[in-house]
Amino acid sequence: MPIDILMPALSPTMTEGNLAKWLKKEGDAIRAGDVLCEIETDKATMEVEAVDEGILEAILVPGGTQAVKVNAPIARLRAEGDTGKGAAPAAAPRAVAAPATAAGPAAVAPAPAAPRSGSRIIASPLARRLAAAAGLDLTGVAGSGPRGRIIKHDVTEALARGPVARAAAAAPAAAAPVAAAAPAAAPPVRSPAGGDDTRAWSDKVGLKYRLQANSGMRKVIARRLTEAKQTIPHFYLSIEVALDAVLKIRADLNARSDAYKLSVNDFVIRAVALALRKVPAANAAWTDENILLYDQVDLSVAVATPAGLITPIIKAADAKGLAVISAEMKDLAARARDGKLKPEEFQGGTFTISNLGMFGIREFSAIINPPQACILAVGAGEQRPVVRDGALAIATAMTCTLSIDHRVVDGAVGAAFLAAFKKLLEDPLTMLL
Amino acid sequence: MADTQFELIVVGGGPGGYVAAIRAAQLGMKTALIEREHLGGICLNWGCIPTKALLRSAEIFRHLQHLDAYGLAADNPRVDLAKVVKRSRGVASQLSGGVKHLLKKNKVTVVDGHARLEGAGRLRVGDTLYTARHIILATGARARSLPGLMPDGKLIWTYKEAMVPAGLPKSLLVVGSGAIGIEFASFYNALGVTVTIAEVLDRVLPVEDEEISALARKSFEKQGMRILTGAKVGPLKAGADSVTTTLEAGGKSEALTVDRVILALGIVGNVEDIGLETTRVKVEKTHILTDEWCRTDEPGLYAIGDVAGAPWLAHKASHEGVICVEKIAGVPGVHPLDLRSIPGCTYSQPQIASVGLSEAKAKAKGYQVRVGRFPFIGNGKAIALGEPEGLVKTVFDAATGELLGAHMIGAEVTEMIQGYTVARTLETTEAELMHTVFPHPTLSEMMHESVLAAYGRAIHI
Repeated sequence: MPIDILMPALSPTMTEGNLAKWLKKEGDAIRAGDVLCEIETDKATMEVEAVDEGILEAILVPGGTQAVKVNAPIARLRAEGDTGKGAAPAAAPRAVAAPATAAGPAAVAPAPAAPRSGSRIIASPLARRLAAAAGLDLTGVAGSGPRGRIIKHDVTEALARGPVARAAAAAPAAAAPVAAAAPAAAPPVRSPAGGDDTRAWSDKVGLKYRLQANSGMRKVIARRLTEAKQTIPHFYLSIEVALDAVLKIRADLNARSDAYKLSVNDFVIRAVALALRKVPAANAAWTDENILLYDQVDLSVAVATPAGLITPIIKAADAKGLAVISAEMKDLAARARDGKLKPEEFQGGTFTISNLGMFGIREFSAIINPPQACILAVGAGEQRPVVRDGALAIATAMTCTLSIDHRVVDGAVGAAFLAAFKKLLEDPLTMLL
Repeated sequence: MADTQFELIVVGGGPGGYVAAIRAAQLGMKTALIEREHLGGICLNWGCIPTKALLRSAEIFRHLQHLDAYGLAADNPRVDLAKVVKRSRGVASQLSGGVKHLLKKNKVTVVDGHARLEGAGRLRVGDTLYTARHIILATGARARSLPGLMPDGKLIWTYKEAMVPAGLPKSLLVVGSGAIGIEFASFYNALGVTVTIAEVLDRVLPVEDEEISALARKSFEKQGMRILTGAKVGPLKAGADSVTTTLEAGGKSEALTVDRVILALGIVGNVEDIGLETTRVKVEKTHILTDEWCRTDEPGLYAIGDVAGAPWLAHKASHEGVICVEKIAGVPGVHPLDLRSIPGCTYSQPQIASVGLSEAKAKAKGYQVRVGRFPFIGNGKAIALGEPEGLVKTVFDAATGELLGAHMIGAEVTEMIQGYTVARTLETTEAELMHTVFPHPTLSEMMHESVLAAYGRAIHI
């Protein structure tokens, strides 16, 4: 009897994904554990393994198909010895094995996909119909009805705010933050000519362009950062941090062993983690009822990849030494670039660090990575003239800018965090305490 | 010494006030309620409830006169008016006692007396000064009178005298054909009184859908009432045991002498003698001006129910009371009252019930409408009950499928309108209503059929 292989859910919020490519052909013999195909989600590419043995009878969804719904049959497996062509009645659906990243040591086993209320949009029938008629995506609309239900009023408000706001009306904080360095975020497309869309407008004025399909990751970046910038009251605090002491101690430490090679960024991560322990109010998130003060310091660190930004997490960073942080960061960054991060490796995090120093950026302001309350934008270390003891001198310094959700963190708290961070970096021996 | 400092004080113990007080107490506020007369207010003592008791007697009496059609017989059914009135008063006092108990149970302090504001946050009752951070005015309303149309309490009645008649008049003029006028007309007509209704507007029950108004008029006339619309009533001259006046309608003028007159000219808000002049509250046409959260122009002072304006309905008052209190308490997710989703009911024979926009109002607002109609004659349960007259009408926005309004006339429609009200509140479209299974055999099946009819899909017509 044939077995349907279903599109797996790779994360709790996943509702659809792209079937990147098949690694098996129709007619191939399949053993349990064989990698059948690769699935691309918002953030990562995953390999799908077979749980059952048999012959791959039919590929129902070809490689390269976008937006395949979770739980949709993607292929059919025929048990060996079962000649069954045509004779087989309805195939028994069978979930595929838990997807494992290629680099992952062992396959973890999240439950097979099931409908989840977390991803279901709660909206009144009338609101749904109005939104559909207007082409409005309800995922971006905040519901004001009971338990956040989207009602007619919310849709008409969203529509009244116009096309720009429309895509970005407040959404409840989702589970998976994405990276959020401001310069990398695509600016929202302005509706140029009286509501015409940008493409029609570009055609009209004769601008030439190539089309590049929005990847799942690109869509998530667009949606969540637009939401963040438009719904979170951002404010910014900048501070200059002298790096001479860090550079010296880094050189010292790196000279002692080849087992590690510490970067300035590793020191920044450790300093942020320790500063958050000193000022825990900055390690927080907003909800309408309460501010969540996180117990754990999990640092999301923005990593640029060819597909876009992603923020792998150094978990419990305050409890980790520089060498561990450095090694973890290297591994996470490498796998992020290959699109092989596991969902739990980039979902979560309580505070984000975005460092564009290596690109020579002096200073910048980042967009908050919701639902977190703060993101630290780290600029390049460079020699700057400073006044020391009444005389000009040269020091190596960098500028760091903290973007803050003012609902959660006030200016004085943000300043206290930055002061603690600066003190740790300028006197790096205190990081041993 | 009794406690005089509260977090919230409600002035007026009607359906707005006592509900507000109980909700406030539920939310943990130290709450007092000041009432000058009866807990339960007009609604419970002199309005909604006792009239329903009277109309129930009228309904049973009407059935007794048609027993033969049901294969039954009873000799000489007659009315014992004193007992009818006594039952009605008994119902009112039972419920008023119930409200007292509910307030006690919720630990609301009840103060008997007439409260006057002395500036923001201060209320004087006799010699005692009460203070509260929040004061809700729920003082209600009373019958309106006009020059030449003044009640005298003997021959020219308001609802209050009409509810406790000592004897049945032979003839009665009802001035005004809103819900109150029509209910009394229906009651007295059923008991054999010759009833004339004079309405200044061009139709009876002017707030209802025009089609429903027309059907109601036809039915009332069939039952023997005389109805004059576009009618001007001249000055009422009270004699020894009758009232004389002139009626002008349709270009003709006639003299009319009746035993009694009931004035049902609408209401005016109770805004006098409560110390409003010591506050920044604004009053317009006897009603206190408020915003969507029932706030007046004086911070900390709120107004709900009849005194805060139309529609003058007990359930509107209660709901405003809850919204007002929850907003004060900071309960998340409170929504302002949607006036279009407040149902209205008239308990005449036949009953009339509606919610939302009439067909004409929907069109006037620019909606392209789809209208569904289903008559009682097409419904099995209606036939079995012997109630084949009536209509269920629905008005949809053709563009979105929003249920804009529903209008019903016939047996038990006051108990059915809630289905459409829930549908409106949940923002269902025609699709969900069509998908809903209505039990057979019930009158409610007509609600389904009316929706189907709006989309050309009715089965039983």
